Amino acid sequence: MPENRPAVLDVKNIETVFNTRRGTIHAVNSVSFSLQPGELLGVVGESGSGKSVTMMSLIGLLPTPPARVTGGYVKFDNIDLLKADAQQLRAVRGAKIGFIFQDPMTSLNPVLTIGFQLMEPLRTHMGMKKAAAKKRAVELLDLVGMPDAERRLSDFPHQFSGGMRQRVVIAMALACDPKVLIADEPTTALDVTIQAQILELVKDLRRKLGMAIIWITHDLGVVAGIADRVMVMYGGQIVEQAPVRELFENPQHPYTRALIETVPDIGAERPERLRTVEGQPSILYARPSACSFRTRCAHAFERCNRENPALLVTEKAHHVACFWDSATGEPRNV
Amino acid sequence: MSETSAAPLVSIEGLKMYFPIHAGLFRRHVGDIKAVDDISLEIFEGETLGLVGESGCGKSTVGRATLRLYDITAGSITIDGTNTSKINQADLRRFRPRMQMIFQDPQGSLNPRMNVADIVGEPLDEHMSLSREERLARIHELLDAVGLNRSFANRYPHEFSGGQRQRIGIARALALNPKFIVCDEPISALDVSIQAQVVNLLEDLQKKFGLTYLFISHDLSMVHHIADRVAVMYLGKIVELASRDQLFNSPLHPYTQALLSAVPEPNPARQNTRVHIVLKGDVPSPSSPPVGCNFCTRCPKAIDICHHVEPATIEIEPGRFAACHLLESTTKVA
Repeated sequence: MPENRPAVLDVKNIETVFNTRRGTIHAVNSVSFSLQPGELLGVVGESGSGKSVTMMSLIGLLPTPPARVTGGYVKFDNIDLLKADAQQLRAVRGAKIGFIFQDPMTSLNPVLTIGFQLMEPLRTHMGMKKAAAKKRAVELLDLVGMPDAERRLSDFPHQFSGGMRQRVVIAMALACDPKVLIADEPTTALDVTIQAQILELVKDLRRKLGMAIIWITHDLGVVAGIADRVMVMYGGQIVEQAPVRELFENPQHPYTRALIETVPDIGAERPERLRTVEGQPSILYARPSACSFRTRCAHAFERCNRENPALLVTEKAHHVACFWDSATGEPRNV
Repeated sequence: MSETSAAPLVSIEGLKMYFPIHAGLFRRHVGDIKAVDDISLEIFEGETLGLVGESGCGKSTVGRATLRLYDITAGSITIDGTNTSKINQADLRRFRPRMQMIFQDPQGSLNPRMNVADIVGEPLDEHMSLSREERLARIHELLDAVGLNRSFANRYPHEFSGGQRQRIGIARALALNPKFIVCDEPISALDVSIQAQVVNLLEDLQKKFGLTYLFISHDLSMVHHIADRVAVMYLGKIVELASRDQLFNSPLHPYTQALLSAVPEPNPARQNTRVHIVLKGDVPSPSSPPVGCNFCTRCPKAIDICHHVEPATIEIEPGRFAACHLLESTTKVA
């Protein structure tokens, strides 16, 4: 829970650009946030909103070129990850910061057994001998609910179902007891019943292990179920950030409101037509000097074309970057 | 409901679609993948029948088999008064204009080397003999209908976003004034805000052209919005078929109940009041389905008989079908 404990991860003004043939794309524009120990931070936004790129920038996972992190700092374990050399980064990645990707098939090597792949981080990061690593690998598979764990160590990824593969990937990410786990749409490729299994598993693992988790998703329903705090991204910026209940009960940014409204709710009355957000996100060939959402926003006014709104605190722990005040329905005087 | 009086536009009876497994030196036929195993359903004119289920349950195969993209193993399909199940593929061409399909992946279903006018115009070239002016006029009409700018006609698929590409696919499906369209996961590759746009478009087109949809999806909240009746599939069989409100308000089959409870709740306030049924394990292989009820391996309510005898589909109320032993006993008692 967000209290005044030292953050495990502190990100300030991070900027990431991609050099392309058509020009420089400003994918992440001055993103700052911090992650408390044991907290689950949900990151929501459409494709191209910069949510994955932000998280990959933190630990140098973006291919350079074309990507380049041009500014900011990432404080983790008293070092700045953006200034860390390859060796320092290697000691952090996969050990202190675990990563789970969307598609379990592409994050597993198809020609190696899952036993080998699970033991690899244990042997490189923890310096375990083969026998110890094997014992730990079995423990990890048990932990993520893999039946008959010992025998399955010698199986290859294609012998597992999608849900089981994702469990293997989660086990790998947990192998070295990370302080932070970054999960990039880990359930998007899975069926709803399997997604429900994985969500239960993550809740359970959090209780047992107590690591902080960053959960990237475009599914507000998933976030509502597991996150403590939610960060909404648009155009490479954080547009709103609040504790989960507060965000859903009192969404303030027009984009967040639209996102919540476009999801049909099977528990509620069926509307005649679904609410939509017309248009598409624009591609940022320059650092945004105005609000990126203004072209799709119903409340945009003259000031939105001139200035880019900064994140401001409206209530306790609720941050929003918008010149329009949702409480009064009028422009804000700040 | 007016459906009961209207004649069905599509009626499927005892449809089976088996894919043979060949093995060994002589590629002997050693078994079958029973993708669709004896299903029957009717789709009435002007309605949308939702078909839901997890990956691998055979829902897409039902869609493809209904349009006779496969030579079916057994059963009969009647579309608009014509029994299409035994017609050979060459003669089927005459009937193709009446039945069309919208595919899941708008990237994969559009030829990257053809421009929009050629993609949308191809069905016209194949089935009609129009003059150049007539053809162009029809293409423009179709682009207007799906909300694409006429000036896009000379562009290529890669120049469009996912939502726009799906619109091109829809325009192509509409080109020959079909009566019946199979929508095979038309929105699952799109972003949430774009999904709502496409669903609204499909509903508008249905009203305008009197279309009948078979809407295949794994997204229950979208099916709740668009469908009039819903069929739930599990491992090649329909386990429950009911009107939308019946199915979502009081699901009868244990699988439907589990599936609905797995849908993430986008309202954190209601989160805690929901009963979560988390199914154990994965869907069994359709090449060797379990003895008895297909769902017995994962069913939280399975009783002895479920492991021995396959449940018959029974009509619980008029127009409401389910296949479960537990329901048989309750109807007998009642």
